[in-house]
Amino acid sequence: MSISVQNLSKRFGDFVALKNISLEVPSDSLTALLGPSGSGKTTLLRIISGLETADEGSILFKEEDVTERSARDREVGFVFQHYALFRHMTVFENIAFGMRVRNAPKPEVRERVNELLHLVRLEGLGQRYPSELSGGQRQRVALARALAVKPRMLLLDEPFGALDAKVRQELRTWLRKLHEEMHVTTVFVTHDQEEAFEMADQVVVMSQGHIEQTGTPQAVFDNPATSFVMDFLGNVNVFHGRVKSGRVEMGPFNLQYDDYQHDEPRNATAYVRPHELDIDRAPSQASLQGTIKQINPAGSVLKVRVAVEEFGVDLNIDVTHYRAKSLDLKLNDKVYVHPRSVRVFMPEPDYVI
Amino acid sequence: MHVNTIRTQRTAGKMVANEPLWFRILLISLCYLIATVLIIVPLIYVFVQAFADGFSGWWKNLFEDAETRHSVFLTLMVVPLAVIVNTVCGVAAAWTLTKFRFPGRTFLMTALDLPFAVSPVVAGLMFVLLYNVRTGYFAPVLNYLDIKIIFAWPGIVLATMFVTMPFVARELIPLMQALGDDEELAAVSLGASPWQIFWRVTLPNIKWGLLFGIIQCNARAIGEFGAVYVVSGRIERETYTMALRVEKLFQDYNNPGSYAVASVLTLMALSTLIAKVMLERMVAASMNEATHKTGEHS
Repeated sequence: MSISVQNLSKRFGDFVALKNISLEVPSDSLTALLGPSGSGKTTLLRIISGLETADEGSILFKEEDVTERSARDREVGFVFQHYALFRHMTVFENIAFGMRVRNAPKPEVRERVNELLHLVRLEGLGQRYPSELSGGQRQRVALARALAVKPRMLLLDEPFGALDAKVRQELRTWLRKLHEEMHVTTVFVTHDQEEAFEMADQVVVMSQGHIEQTGTPQAVFDNPATSFVMDFLGNVNVFHGRVKSGRVEMGPFNLQYDDYQHDEPRNATAYVRPHELDIDRAPSQASLQGTIKQINPAGSVLKVRVAVEEFGVDLNIDVTHYRAKSLDLKLNDKVYVHPRSVRVFMPEPDYVI
Repeated sequence: MHVNTIRTQRTAGKMVANEPLWFRILLISLCYLIATVLIIVPLIYVFVQAFADGFSGWWKNLFEDAETRHSVFLTLMVVPLAVIVNTVCGVAAAWTLTKFRFPGRTFLMTALDLPFAVSPVVAGLMFVLLYNVRTGYFAPVLNYLDIKIIFAWPGIVLATMFVTMPFVARELIPLMQALGDDEELAAVSLGASPWQIFWRVTLPNIKWGLLFGIIQCNARAIGEFGAVYVVSGRIERETYTMALRVEKLFQDYNNPGSYAVASVLTLMALSTLIAKVMLERMVAASMNEATHKTGEHS
């Protein structure tokens, strides 16, 4: 079931939570709403579910306008950030709740609940109470409860926010697999870009109540549409400089920039990701000399901090273990750094030409 | 050295243990003395006086006096009525005040405490002024409908309700605030109707607090004197509740009768107290169990 959000706006008093949001969620996809806190992502999710009402705009499920329909009748599975399990009910009764309020026959309820307990790998825990479960188990109960009523779509609010790193990683992989088996349109909210990129088919980056960019994880990561997206998706090195006549001048770097051919110089900001900076022993064209101040292993790469005294900046560089070994990098070594690619964003001019 | 001593006291958490022995004995004795003089002796004395002529005398005083019998009946009718109405209204008030944000919410919250602050006699007087059938503000309506409130049992119910109104709501509001509305929202998204949500989600979560509020409300309703005294008009075999009857018998120099009724009131109070303690233990036990089990599995 595809979801279509059209021109949605929402205010809370003076605070604008969403301004004129439009979004298409394809059927059977896994979509991540990604943004910092206060960006409106949870509000958007709640409006889709019907738990919150929009001031303007409409929500369509497939072709059907559900804007005026209450959450009760939208047939949406919603998983709350803190699970919101019914604390006085057993796991079994929690999962059965949606069917019970619809007066489903008892044998059918039992069968479906057992099926779901199997699906979320909680067989044998049906008679436990939520307080007797670990965080990851509660999360799965919440998911099973939402799935029990065969919802038209699944909405998850920060699904792994309250879990520790290892459980979170396991659940991500598991949920992604589950989604592939079930084919239910799923939207989840997260502030963790890694989570969004790892799980989603489509990433929607939000900031201050509007959508910055929508696209596949690959597209968003490779071609950030705005400086916000660039900044938000992990570490970046920022250079301030200007563009003129097809060249960009960022302090030491002078690179080709085809998007701006005017003679009139304009201020611009360049972003370089840590893995796009190369480190070397010998100087090359457009390279900076600096001193290694810090080397930290982080998973598959080494995070190296190089202080460039000449410009008073510190650069963060990701170096592969192999490269670091072949260069024999040590603290306080003098090295040369040059960018393999640079992304330039020009702020909107203050005047209209 | 001195610093060291203080630290030891703090870690032990028992500053009192380091006070001189005579001081501790003095304090503890004082507590016992006050409790004895103010609580234990009067309590025992009520029963001693009530059973001065033995059990048969106590029984006779209670049930062979038609007026006393009627007062027991009246109390047993008025109190459940007031408690039921207050329970329903209390739950509704707590629900409204915690689940919704609306102008005047803080004012309503404060107004809910008013019955605790206002003297019951003043409350009674207010009801008399409003509802009496000759000069009251509502006299025309009451006369037209031929309803008598003041100097009749409806007035007693009203006065009792007013005085005991805050108990249920005050017990529930902090509880419901702490619970939040996540579970209710989850129930909505699962397709439950408001009625189903209340009975299946909200009520089970607040049941202990609710029961606690009802017990307190009940205890206060049984013993209410001031407000009821004013609105009842004290008509024999019509508007004497047990509390009023105790005072009446005492004024008539019928001490055994007075103490017999007083002993029943005291027994009711004691059973309320026991119920309350038992309830507290049950809640504590169920919570302990829950945390214990969580510890095991997480």
